[in-house]
Amino acid sequence: MTDKSPLTLEDLPNSYIGRTIPRPNIRRLAEGRGTFTDDLTLPRMAHVAFLRSPYAHAEIKSIDTAQAETSPGVIRIVAGEEMSRYCTPWVGVLTHLKGLKSAPQFALAVGRVRWQGEPVVAVVAQSRAQAEDAVALVEVDYEPLPPVVDMETALAPETPVLHPELGDNLAFERVVEAGDVDAAFAEADAVAEEVLHFGRHTGVTLEPRVLVGDYNAGAGKLTVYMSTQSPHMMKNIFATHTGIDEDDVRVISKDVGGSFGIKIHTYPDDMATVALSVMLKRPVKFVADRLESFVSDIHARDHRVKAKIAVKDGKITAIEMDDLTGIGPYSVYPRTSAVECNQVLNLVGGPYDFANYRAVGRVVLQNKNIMCQYRAVGHPVAFGVTEALVDSAARAAGMDPAALRRNSVIPDDSYPYTAASGIKFEALSHQESLEKILKLMDYEGLRADQAKLRQEGVYRGIGLAAMIEVTNPSPMFYGVGGAHISARDGVTIRLDPTGGVTCATGVTEQGQGTEAVIAQIAASAIGVPIEKVRVVTGDTETTPYGGGTWASRGAGIAGEAALQAGRALRANILEVAGAMLQAEPDRLDIRNAAVVDADTGSERMTLADLGKTVYFRGNELPDGVSPELVATRHYSPRQFPFAFTNGVQACWLEVDPDTGFVKLLDFWVVEDCGTVINPQLVDEQIRGGVVQGIGAALYEHCIYDEDGNMRNATMADYLVPMAAEMPDITIEHVETPTGESVLGAKGVGEAGTAGAPAAVFNAINDAIGALGGKITAIPATPELILKALGKV
Amino acid sequence: MKPAPFDYAKPSTLEEAFDLLEAHGEDARVVAGGQSLLATLNMRLSAPSILVDISGLEALRGISAGSNVLRIGALTTHTELIASEEAARAAPLLRKAAVHIAHPAIRNRGTFGGSLAHADPAAEYPACVVALDATLEISGRDGSRRVAAAEFFHGLYETDLKPGELLAAVEVPVLQDGFRSGFGEFARRAGDFAMSALAAHGRFDGDEVHDLRLVYAGVDIRPVRANRAEAVLAGKAITRELVAEARSRLAEDLNPTDDLQAGGATKLLLSGVLLERVLSDMAGAR
Ligand SMILES: Cc1cc2nc3c(=O)[nH]c(=O)nc-3n(C[C@H](O)[C@H](O)[C@H](O)COP(=O)(O)OP(=O)(O)OC[C@H]3O[C@@H](n4cnc5c(N)ncnc54)[C@H](O)[C@@H]3O)c2cc1C
Repeated sequence: MTDKSPLTLEDLPNSYIGRTIPRPNIRRLAEGRGTFTDDLTLPRMAHVAFLRSPYAHAEIKSIDTAQAETSPGVIRIVAGEEMSRYCTPWVGVLTHLKGLKSAPQFALAVGRVRWQGEPVVAVVAQSRAQAEDAVALVEVDYEPLPPVVDMETALAPETPVLHPELGDNLAFERVVEAGDVDAAFAEADAVAEEVLHFGRHTGVTLEPRVLVGDYNAGAGKLTVYMSTQSPHMMKNIFATHTGIDEDDVRVISKDVGGSFGIKIHTYPDDMATVALSVMLKRPVKFVADRLESFVSDIHARDHRVKAKIAVKDGKITAIEMDDLTGIGPYSVYPRTSAVECNQVLNLVGGPYDFANYRAVGRVVLQNKNIMCQYRAVGHPVAFGVTEALVDSAARAAGMDPAALRRNSVIPDDSYPYTAASGIKFEALSHQESLEKILKLMDYEGLRADQAKLRQEGVYRGIGLAAMIEVTNPSPMFYGVGGAHISARDGVTIRLDPTGGVTCATGVTEQGQGTEAVIAQIAASAIGVPIEKVRVVTGDTETTPYGGGTWASRGAGIAGEAALQAGRALRANILEVAGAMLQAEPDRLDIRNAAVVDADTGSERMTLADLGKTVYFRGNELPDGVSPELVATRHYSPRQFPFAFTNGVQACWLEVDPDTGFVKLLDFWVVEDCGTVINPQLVDEQIRGGVVQGIGAALYEHCIYDEDGNMRNATMADYLVPMAAEMPDITIEHVETPTGESVLGAKGVGEAGTAGAPAAVFNAINDAIGALGGKITAIPATPELILKALGKV
Repeated sequence: MKPAPFDYAKPSTLEEAFDLLEAHGEDARVVAGGQSLLATLNMRLSAPSILVDISGLEALRGISAGSNVLRIGALTTHTELIASEEAARAAPLLRKAAVHIAHPAIRNRGTFGGSLAHADPAAEYPACVVALDATLEISGRDGSRRVAAAEFFHGLYETDLKPGELLAAVEVPVLQDGFRSGFGEFARRAGDFAMSALAAHGRFDGDEVHDLRLVYAGVDIRPVRANRAEAVLAGKAITRELVAEARSRLAEDLNPTDDLQAGGATKLLLSGVLLERVLSDMAGAR
């Protein structure tokens, strides 16, 4: 099963780092024996369904529940006012995002509804079906108000203000200015300008949001079973807003069927479910169904960017841009909805060496579904803008797009490096990665094919996209702004008298393989076969406090903690073994779950024997020996705010100019995420991410009408990328480990999503440029391409 | 979403089915493969009080080919139709179209009769049966009646079926010498409903085409014949120029409305491309 990769960290018989190891949980999941939160049934468990606003903006005049109360199975019906006594409202702001403002958001709308899909009334019944039956009988009298839909006019004086107490619809604004932008443009040899639109879309998790709130009045304890990325963060939020002591709240996350950033926010229906459990003193389950997921799970992107680039002497010298994004009616709590725009400003131009940068970002409120962080927050927009500009600049300067990139990427020997936007890079490999992908894809050969096929009326395009990714975030991301979101994560490793090893960690398993990675590292660090290792995640009461899964931090942060904890436990074991065997601990080693002579490798005692002696026959131990067969270590990056990764992606596709249909032919990725712990998991993260990025580029779009209603909120009309249309995705690596940790791993969870839209976008324009066409928006539907070609 | 509560009955004879449909009238809905109906129930777009499951009615099953007609029972699944060599010989258009319908899991349950009775404007089979000039056999309490496919589709999800009636089978004329079929479709992803699809059927005499039927799906509230385009081509040898001329008449034949995937103009353009591509395939297929 393991491949033949060279050992990269430690040359031990149990070195699993750098090897493809099948995930320990894969068989259980494949056999249908996963336990997802919806699989859970508790005694006296009730079910909640929500009546959601059919209007984007309306006054609630009255709510009549009389008929619904009599519907079979109904236990309780609750609306906004009553709910607010059990669950206090929240405001999604952070102090380090200066000027960010938002209004209090309630679990159930009070007075006004501000998006189509906002929960208004909760109906608790014996079954979900009965709850839905009763929801249909609740009568709400709404007085529709003019909706604010178009972000372009959200700040116009005649536009209604969503929250009168805020004064206007501007949630956040930021300006970045570096170098002398005007001079750089004045001196440029070539300048290109773009106005680009990035469609609103959402993360479609296979398992929807689901939770069971279980308030035990007798114990005064609240247990929440929840499909989440961040159990400890949710624990704090549930406690804060229900008034239960945080130490009496426990969050348990069982198997999670995908999350992508969807399951890390404070959702009103989730909060209401927990509050209902407190109110009713019994377990209450909420499972979002697909139809309500589309109008209640966070959306993302929806940016309009005007941008300009300058080139001098064949190299990028300046970028100027103006980003506008609409985030719905509230900044989402606790991470806020200013982060995507903030990231765009930080990341634009990220792969390139230039000093002159001016950027303005504005985040506006509107009557659409809430918007927040989804996989690769801001990245696809930032590199969509940057890479579109680079291709346009190459055209304007009469250069090959690969050549302009070659001249302009940050040289591999110039680190540490601070970008014009202020972000800091420890060590990246843009030059090496670019050369590698050009070779991998046979860039010159493709260009020749492209030219030849064009003679035959076949329009193919090559799209390149260089990118960087924010991973391993330090406290500078959220904690510094006042959010109770841990940047630190820990791993506790225990040796049992069986010789088995159990690791508990605060990072979580979303299906991405975190548990496999932790097991690999722990097994390698201690010196035991991986079969001996068990990993426990997703329970605030049994795992070390930590941040969970977000910003590609699991392997880099918890992985380092696992390495350090494993080494500490190993040292503890060797100390005991030394005392028992009357040997110097540093002359001993642990291999294949046995203590051996370091020099000869001959076995002295198995870890199981050692464990049995320690636990059962401690009397045999020499005096003064106090064995600690448990070790905990934590890790949080501190030298750099983030461990940036880098990569290049490339797409080869064909556009049918008669129909606007795009056929994806090939896709390549060269990625540098530092130390690769498990090549298969890393590559599948990249592939999955690329597919999601292709979704953004070609398919996924939350389409709203002028009344603020989402028109395609079903799986029939909201198009996710599907296997039949996907190209093969070939992946290679450059490894530049981060020096901040011993492990050297950076994250990789979002790289694919970050770069793929730009690669597809550029390839389409490369294909249709020959016909005078140019697209300026994604998703690039056949109709959009036909319009770009002037055919409709 | 969960459907509103409903009762369920599974008759084993036509008589029993008619009794149930009569007893419950408007409140009853027939369910065959359930691949269209169950979604509408789950979305609470409809809330019948009883489902009458016809999947146990043997009379509605099976494919049989005589010398002149191919008879396809309403309960034939998309998968069975794709697999049937008899059907492929007698009416090759159906297999060409069926592979565009949804995905294997749906094809394993969804039925030929259900698709026709459901009459989704973007479905493939309705256009095919019109192109093939098939006859639909409808059973009711008082016996059966036969309706030409062209008369069966009244509008958006509306057909000639009256309350209490079942679509029993479809009779398709067996492919005669000289006849050829063509099918083409544009959908955003494999298996999606068509943005535009064209079912074409006609007799070739050398390069000349006769008795041509061009029937579009996905562009109107029901399958539409492109009469004017057909007229341009009738009795003539298929050439690029002639097809271009036929294409230019399509705007008079079709009036596609905007939907979520594309505007009417795009759908008209795609329909024109289909005309060129499908005819060129047919003309090339000796
Ligand atoms: C994801 C997805 C994608 C799909 N894509 C396509 C596609 O691309 N093209 C396409 O054509 N279809 C598509 N379908 C629909 C599919 O083909 C259905 O199977 C078909 O439309 C209905 O057949 P059914 O047997 O499932 O009917 P049911 O869902 O059981 O019934 C549909 C309707 O027909 C009535 N009915 C069924 N049988 C009879 C009968 N014998 N007599 C009278 N009334 C009857 C029912 O009362 C009901 O009103 C798709 C479905 C899904 C879920």
